[in-house]
Amino acid sequence: MRVEGQDVGDLTTAVRRFVREVLVPAEPAVEENDAIPAAIVEQLRSFGLFGMTIPEAYGGLGLCMLAEARVAFEIGYAAPAFRSYFGTSNGVGTLGILLDGTDEQKRRYLPRIAKGAIMAAFCLTEPDAGSDAAAITTRARRDGDDYVISGTKRFVTNAPQAGLFTVFARTADKDAGIAGISTFLVDRERAGIEIGPLDRKMGFRGSQSADVRFDECRVPAATLLGGKEGVGFKTAMRCLDHARIHMAAISVGLCTRLIDEGVRHALGRKQFGRAIAQFQLIQAMLADSEAECFAARAMVEAAARAKDQGEPVTKQAACCKYFATEAAGRIADRVLQLHGGYGYLKDFPIERLYRDVRLLRLYEGTSQIQQLVIARELLAEKAR
Amino acid sequence: MKVLIAIKRVIDYNVKIRVKSDNSGVETANVKFSMNPFDEIAVEEAVRLKEAGKAEELVAVSMGVAQCQETIRTALAMGADRGILVQTDAELQPLAVAKLLKALVDKEQPQLVILGKQAIDDDSNQTGQMLAALLGWPQGTFASKVTLGDGKAEVVREIDGGLETVEIKLPAVVSTDLRLNEPRYASLPNIMKAKKKPIDTVTPADLGVDVAPRLVTLKVEEPAKRKAGVKVASVAELVDKLKNEAKVI
Repeated sequence: MRVEGQDVGDLTTAVRRFVREVLVPAEPAVEENDAIPAAIVEQLRSFGLFGMTIPEAYGGLGLCMLAEARVAFEIGYAAPAFRSYFGTSNGVGTLGILLDGTDEQKRRYLPRIAKGAIMAAFCLTEPDAGSDAAAITTRARRDGDDYVISGTKRFVTNAPQAGLFTVFARTADKDAGIAGISTFLVDRERAGIEIGPLDRKMGFRGSQSADVRFDECRVPAATLLGGKEGVGFKTAMRCLDHARIHMAAISVGLCTRLIDEGVRHALGRKQFGRAIAQFQLIQAMLADSEAECFAARAMVEAAARAKDQGEPVTKQAACCKYFATEAAGRIADRVLQLHGGYGYLKDFPIERLYRDVRLLRLYEGTSQIQQLVIARELLAEKAR
Repeated sequence: MKVLIAIKRVIDYNVKIRVKSDNSGVETANVKFSMNPFDEIAVEEAVRLKEAGKAEELVAVSMGVAQCQETIRTALAMGADRGILVQTDAELQPLAVAKLLKALVDKEQPQLVILGKQAIDDDSNQTGQMLAALLGWPQGTFASKVTLGDGKAEVVREIDGGLETVEIKLPAVVSTDLRLNEPRYASLPNIMKAKKKPIDTVTPADLGVDVAPRLVTLKVEEPAKRKAGVKVASVAELVDKLKNEAKVI
């Protein structure tokens, strides 16, 4: 059973050490080669980061939300491409199997995902369905005992490595709304799956994403999540609170990293005969950053605790994702600023982190979507 | 074969050590502690012996305050089977630790005791040797390679002039040097499982050992600050200074 306040001090200590001794030193090579070295992938796997959200019964860690957030604070300290590598195996797709999957589906996939033996990729977004996720047009046509899936999915993280695609497709007319959307667990070996060229991104080098095209991809009815049509989309929406708190926690970790980079440079760089950390305008930038980071951390812990206690946290989760990712953007900007011209050079980590951090405000729901969610929940509360 | 691993809880190797203002010792309040890195190497070696089918049971022993439990948990997460904590708030010097370990060895009857060659806090480098003497067992200190044979072990030792290979009869004491192995990161699932592994707690009195310190610490001081150097204008001046000021040539 998931309980509030799992003692995870030893977990976070272990993750912190792993992040600082293994992942951070590997960042320049990941940036250079746009890929995570095979040895590090193997270490990520044996370290056990793929099954954070999967229960112990299926070989995962079974962390409560607060414990997961605390681990994510540590993971977020490294370049976010690492998190992306095991993130899709811990994310909404896997949570969907957990909540809605048949026993057979859970037994088939969860232990292998937890071990990192297969990676899961989440296929919801389409060229014309991003923030408006319910507008997807990928179809799954019933044909005897099978379904035949056709359509294109966009921004599929880890598509080149994934062994399992969690695919959202229409099994009924658009008039049926989200009730007409079903979820399929599609093994990579199925015929009719084509991975497009890798997305050429501004940052997040080492994290690979691509289009995934399903062309008359035939799958047995047993691959339908939960064994029936219309399952999955609503669950995916229910899992968003979890995903948003997780992303906010990752952002807090990155804020901590950015501040460390800023402090290190401010203490080491001398101008006018002293370290620039002694100048008050530099101090103001660091102080604003530290205050925002502390606020974001406190928000995430409060929301995670409330979620573990079974309270509705849709508004709080959106507040966390919105504030923590926007704060990370502001902090990255300040830290680059205090680097002066050096911040614009590829020789300093901030140049890369500045590009990486930009994505946080775009994925898992843009800031604008979070604003809408917060306002919707707020107005509904007040109308009661 | 049963292996007993002795591990010490020390100030983390990343912490900058500060001397207390009254010179009675070093600052330990609000300081991060972790397992002595040499002992981590000992745990790793024992776990590898078990993975190779050469050891059946690994017992991790630590001594000191209640928080040493955390250090034992780390060893359990790396692969040790159970732990023993000898709990005491008293200051433990190497001879006391060696006596406590001897009492545990008498009880547990391991074929091998493996431990770090020294702890990074007091750098004594005595416990392993004292334990071997108390037990009357052979010792292989500063090990950079350990190969277990039938009733014996071959230990490659790091010595000043290079490497020395010795063959010792089991049971024996082995102390580990830096190059023996590279310790693994305990995996997250194993950290969770380690929470359920047993740790017995005993006291020095239970083991009938008098741990009263034999040495008294008079004073602890920071090393002297290095003085700034001087620039010389010419080679002649340098030679002159070396000859007449430093008197080294």
